[in-house]
Amino acid sequence: MKKVYPDARAALAGLLKDGMLIMAGGFGLCGIPETLIQAIRESGVKNLTVVSNNAGIDGIGLGLLLDSKQIKKMISSYVGENKTFAQQYLAGELEIEFNPQGTLAERIRAGGAGIPAFFTRTGAGTQIAEGKEEREFNGERYVMERGLVADLSIVHAWMGDTEGNLVYRKTARNFNPMMATAGKVTVAEVEHLVQPADINPDHIITPGVFVKRIVHVPNAVKHIEQRTTRKRTAAPAGTGEEI
Amino acid sequence: MAWTRDQMAERAAKELRDGFYVNLGIGIPTLVSNYIPAGMSVQLQSENGMLGFGPFPYEGEEDPDLINAGKQTVTEIPTTSYFSSADSFAMIRGGHIDLSILGAMQVAENGDLANWMIPGKMVKGMGGAMDLVAGVKKVVVVMEHSAKNEAKLLKRCTLPLTGAGVVDMVITDLGVFTIDKKGGGGMTLTEVAPGTTLDEIQAKTEASYRTANTL
Repeated sequence: MKKVYPDARAALAGLLKDGMLIMAGGFGLCGIPETLIQAIRESGVKNLTVVSNNAGIDGIGLGLLLDSKQIKKMISSYVGENKTFAQQYLAGELEIEFNPQGTLAERIRAGGAGIPAFFTRTGAGTQIAEGKEEREFNGERYVMERGLVADLSIVHAWMGDTEGNLVYRKTARNFNPMMATAGKVTVAEVEHLVQPADINPDHIITPGVFVKRIVHVPNAVKHIEQRTTRKRTAAPAGTGEEI
Repeated sequence: MAWTRDQMAERAAKELRDGFYVNLGIGIPTLVSNYIPAGMSVQLQSENGMLGFGPFPYEGEEDPDLINAGKQTVTEIPTTSYFSSADSFAMIRGGHIDLSILGAMQVAENGDLANWMIPGKMVKGMGGAMDLVAGVKKVVVVMEHSAKNEAKLLKRCTLPLTGAGVVDMVITDLGVFTIDKKGGGGMTLTEVAPGTTLDEIQAKTEASYRTANTL
């Protein structure tokens, strides 16, 4: 069975249906499966429910699917950086379900592990707990949260082999590993596509069993949302000598 | 002369202990990292999946794959580790992080905290705040004592809660309060900023509190 597809459009062929639930990895614009998002935009599929920590920014990441009004509902922890989102939400065109970030991560992890529900202290005594079952353990209140499973998960990895084993880079890992486990079908875009045994098995974060399809994105453009830097105060010792 | 933002951060840094793992929120809490005492080992946790991070990168060395929870570019240090969001919140919700320092809109005398939404306004979301206040061992709020002459230290929060009975300490520009959130011992004023009087604090605080004997 071949997992590698020639491009993002081919990797998503036959998987997209109106009204489906899609999980999209990433935190802010870091580690987002942008090439796959672009292909979903071009497919025209609509009425999507999208699970993602954030909603991209205008014109980038999930912002692309908001601009084209393909998203009906978002399940996220924070959406503050997207003007289109605010406009559509205030106009009643877009639904939002806020989940605390840790609850969101754990709902996805649980869904991928076949766990239908779990109890957490997060949100106890707040409006997040309204309508949810609560139980007391060791004298503290806990809220029941449900596991989440997606029709399709799209993730971004730094390196992947042809079996679908994935390695992430730095903080671009974020939600990608859990989402890879929680999709009925998971499609991964990888910056570097290699052969099995090219990745040290000890370094694999997502084993290939979770990944059905792979697409190589060697020219992926990465974005920085908040570019923060410091000035070089002085030249390091031993430099600056003129010849 | 009340405390400045930097002086509030400096006061919050006194809650750090050697070997602590700490999560700092956005705003004044971020400034606390400037006041970690020399020789003290404090690892900063960023809930997007990084433990131990350094200062902003030099111009031209920004890495889009290396950001903090505020989506700002940061740098790696020798103690850095990376992990998934699930592992990150296992640290937070499992009680492995020693101290969370964050901002607030309102704090009540019983330790209730509101800092994520104002009804009728566009809500951006709670991010990781609800998890942090529910799971971290000690929760310190750093905030202005009042906003536009409206008290922020209240008998009961009027805004939707981020957490119920979660705050251990509040540092404002006027002073420091402790809250006995588990024991029900209420709120105590323990320090007063230089140039501030007990009367001024009383006038700007709606919450009931007792004043420590040392003041």
